[in-house]
Amino acid sequence: MSTLVSPGGVAATLPHEVAAATPMPDIMPPVKQRKGFLGFLWRNPTIAIGGFLVLLMVCVAIFAPFLWTKDPTALAPAMRTREPSAQWWFGTDMLGRDVYSRVIYGTRVSLTVGFSVAICASLIGLVIGLVSGFIRVADAVIMRIMDGMMSIPSILLAIALMALTRGSVGNVILAITIAEIPRVSRLVRGVVLSLREQPYVDAAVAAGTRTPMIIIRHILPNTLAPLTVQATYICASAMITEAILSFIGAGTPPIIPSWGNIMAEGRALWQVKPYIVFFPAVFLSITVLAVNLLGDGLRDALDPRMAKRL
Amino acid sequence: MFAYVVRRVLATIPVMAVVALFVFSLLYIAPGDPAAVIAGDQATPQDVERIRESLGLDRPYLVRFSAWVWDILRGDLGVSIFTNLPVSTMIAQRIEPTLSLMIVTLILAISIAVPMGVVAAWKQGTLIDRAVMAFAVLGFSVPVFVVGYLLAYYFALEWDLLPVQGYTPFSEGFWPWLENLILPAIALGSVYIALIARITRATMLEVLQQDYIRTARAKGVGQRAILFLHALKNAAVPIVTVIGIGIALLIGGAVVTESVFAIPGLGRLTVDAILRRDYPVIQGVVLLFSFVYVLVNLAIDLLYTLFDPRIRY
Amino acid sequence: MALLEIDQLQVHFRTPDGINRAVDGVSFHVEAGETLAIVGESGCGKSVTAMSMLRLIPEPPGKIAGAIRLNGKNLLELSDREMRQIRGNDISMIFQEPMTSLNPVLTVGRQIGETLRLHQGMSKAQAEAKAVEMLTLVGIPEPGRRVREYPHQLSGGMRQRVMIAIALACNPKLLIADEPTTALDVTIQAQILELMRDLKHRVGAAIVLITHDLGVVAEVAERVVVMYAGKKVEEAAIGPLFRNPRHPYTQGLLGSMPKLGSSLHGDETRLAEIPGLVPSLKQKIPGCVFASRCPHATDLCRSVAPALELKAPNHVAACHYAPREGAMAA
Repeated sequence: MSTLVSPGGVAATLPHEVAAATPMPDIMPPVKQRKGFLGFLWRNPTIAIGGFLVLLMVCVAIFAPFLWTKDPTALAPAMRTREPSAQWWFGTDMLGRDVYSRVIYGTRVSLTVGFSVAICASLIGLVIGLVSGFIRVADAVIMRIMDGMMSIPSILLAIALMALTRGSVGNVILAITIAEIPRVSRLVRGVVLSLREQPYVDAAVAAGTRTPMIIIRHILPNTLAPLTVQATYICASAMITEAILSFIGAGTPPIIPSWGNIMAEGRALWQVKPYIVFFPAVFLSITVLAVNLLGDGLRDALDPRMAKRL
Repeated sequence: MFAYVVRRVLATIPVMAVVALFVFSLLYIAPGDPAAVIAGDQATPQDVERIRESLGLDRPYLVRFSAWVWDILRGDLGVSIFTNLPVSTMIAQRIEPTLSLMIVTLILAISIAVPMGVVAAWKQGTLIDRAVMAFAVLGFSVPVFVVGYLLAYYFALEWDLLPVQGYTPFSEGFWPWLENLILPAIALGSVYIALIARITRATMLEVLQQDYIRTARAKGVGQRAILFLHALKNAAVPIVTVIGIGIALLIGGAVVTESVFAIPGLGRLTVDAILRRDYPVIQGVVLLFSFVYVLVNLAIDLLYTLFDPRIRY
Repeated sequence: MALLEIDQLQVHFRTPDGINRAVDGVSFHVEAGETLAIVGESGCGKSVTAMSMLRLIPEPPGKIAGAIRLNGKNLLELSDREMRQIRGNDISMIFQEPMTSLNPVLTVGRQIGETLRLHQGMSKAQAEAKAVEMLTLVGIPEPGRRVREYPHQLSGGMRQRVMIAIALACNPKLLIADEPTTALDVTIQAQILELMRDLKHRVGAAIVLITHDLGVVAEVAERVVVMYAGKKVEEAAIGPLFRNPRHPYTQGLLGSMPKLGSSLHGDETRLAEIPGLVPSLKQKIPGCVFASRCPHATDLCRSVAPALELKAPNHVAACHYAPREGAMAA
């Protein structure tokens, strides 16, 4: 028998009959995997549910006049405080206005305020954060101001601002935006500072790349994910703040049918006619919930590390 | 240690100064003429001028600011436009209900939220965990006044278990006092519970991954001791930090909660002041709350050593 | 009867992209008082094996099957409560990372005392006194002061000594040491190994030493189990294994080893580079798990998984081509 023995001592030919190992059984059921866009939604149900509800609310806001609504501001003193019925789906308020129509139109106010604040606060916060992250001198001053602003509870800050201005949707957006800016700029500054530590950004700086180029190439792409997540949360909290401001009489003028206003008007009667408060409350809660779910889902999907933290 | 405390206390002075500067400057930042806004639509030019004067808007910014700061340092927060009473007196009359509400909410929220977060982290991925997380999202999404009305409608009106509205001073007995605060505290606490439960869960999940938890398990330590001694103590610093930061939510929410439950506290004072455009009162309340907020967070900072021996000053 | 018997142990983990078969059918035993080493590259399943002996594998996502018998009693059938009474008492464990394996917010004394209070019902004072005693035993100077200190006040070597003190506090029958010296400086490594050898004789515990460092194995082990990709590929007493390794993987591991007796510390004693990567454990491998990296692999190896065979007295290996002693002679 010719045996070829390798340096390690293993024979290259079979020295004896083959002894096969008994295969081990699996002890748990196999893992199912779903692929594609539907798979993504399956793995991120919060994005699917939140996204669907947000889209639905956007449609409601856009198509409010076509959703069997009446004039939301039309007074009908003869029809005051009617209970919900086939004629008035959500009943009527103290002045005989159709609560259903007011709630549907209220979607417009909430979404306008939510989206506007989210966009404005993100953009302004982004600029302040970038300046603060890149210019050492400005950083000290800006961050002290931001610290101070963050020490003022945001609703109180908005209330104080609203007390000094005439109630209008624009001023509400402005007041809430100012209150939300510090959080965004802190976030952006944090990203900038941590990125500046990264070797590849360091290398870009050393190579003489100009700051705007560094921002476009390295900073913005990395800021986008956390900023988007933050923006959704700002949108949600802005909608709540708007409702609170209107509810306590420091928000949009009463003539505008916003959910907070409808609730403020129903407040005096809530023990006997709870539906006036109930319907806008449900709409507000669902809309905010939808935006929050979307935010949670985006956070989990965009940044698994952040998902673990919060 | 002492030097650290001094340094830390001194470090809050600039923050408070910025808060004061900012609150003061709101009068100047606000678009339009605040004096005209405050005077209202039916006001005569003389009314507007009188208010401009009482707000000090007729004097130069810096002069007015230094006078204002000096007043604050002496405890003078100005005079109400509507009642002509000193703002500090008005605040003092209304502080007890608000303080009571905040303390009850704080105790209630922490004692519910921390165990909730711990259990959710322990049972990660199970139904319990999902329920806690769902509750947290709901807590963030359902505004405080909605929770307030729901609670009041069922627990007070339908089932008649607790008083609907109002406040009983502590001096009239513990139970009457507490009875009136339970529903408002739950309503006000819902966001706060959601916040604390979420951070507790997240921090605990991270801590439970640590090698020393594995060591404790390998020693045969029971589940409860692992969670509440080995893990929670390590998770304490982030949790306590968020508890401090979240007090801002309580302060903002108190304004609304007091309106819903007709509690005659600082929140009601603020809301009434808004309706009367009584800016000095609003300014005083905002300033007070902001300072309290800064001081609470300072205290929490100083408490870190209790939880983590690695933090040395 | 052996002190510990591992029988067809399987530890699988559910991951988003498939089942990770970290340990798949491993059997071996540990006699009372002996030192058994489990060696292999990182990811071969040796640490998972160690963790599963104390049932420290989180379930889910993990799942353990097979049997782990301590004095004939299957640990996998015990309740959580019964299992806790074994952990730290009958079987205890030392981990790789002394820097992170001690709880940073509890004093050293409390962490040693905790096991004593749990398993021996000692009072707080008794436990502290015993903790001081244990610190003395593991050679920590000023034990009376150290007992009240926190882990961050100790050096890495001291912390590992504290870990050993915790592990030995209740006189366990079996000590599992998972890479106990890997994270330490070379000089400290030698001290810790010396300490473990010394204490083993005094306490009389059996040791299962998990390591990738054959130098450490040569110094302390009596018997060796070689693992690769979740399987045991070879097992023998230390002498025969080092002198006459049967499995090509073991041969590869020993490839750059200096002869026994020469310097065993330093980088040259680390595992030799074997070309290729450990295969993913998420796919079932039809043939021999080592075939993808084996210099001698044939079609047979790639299609039929070799059984563990007795190649010489007390020497088993899983390789179709490794000669049996009888065949060698013929």
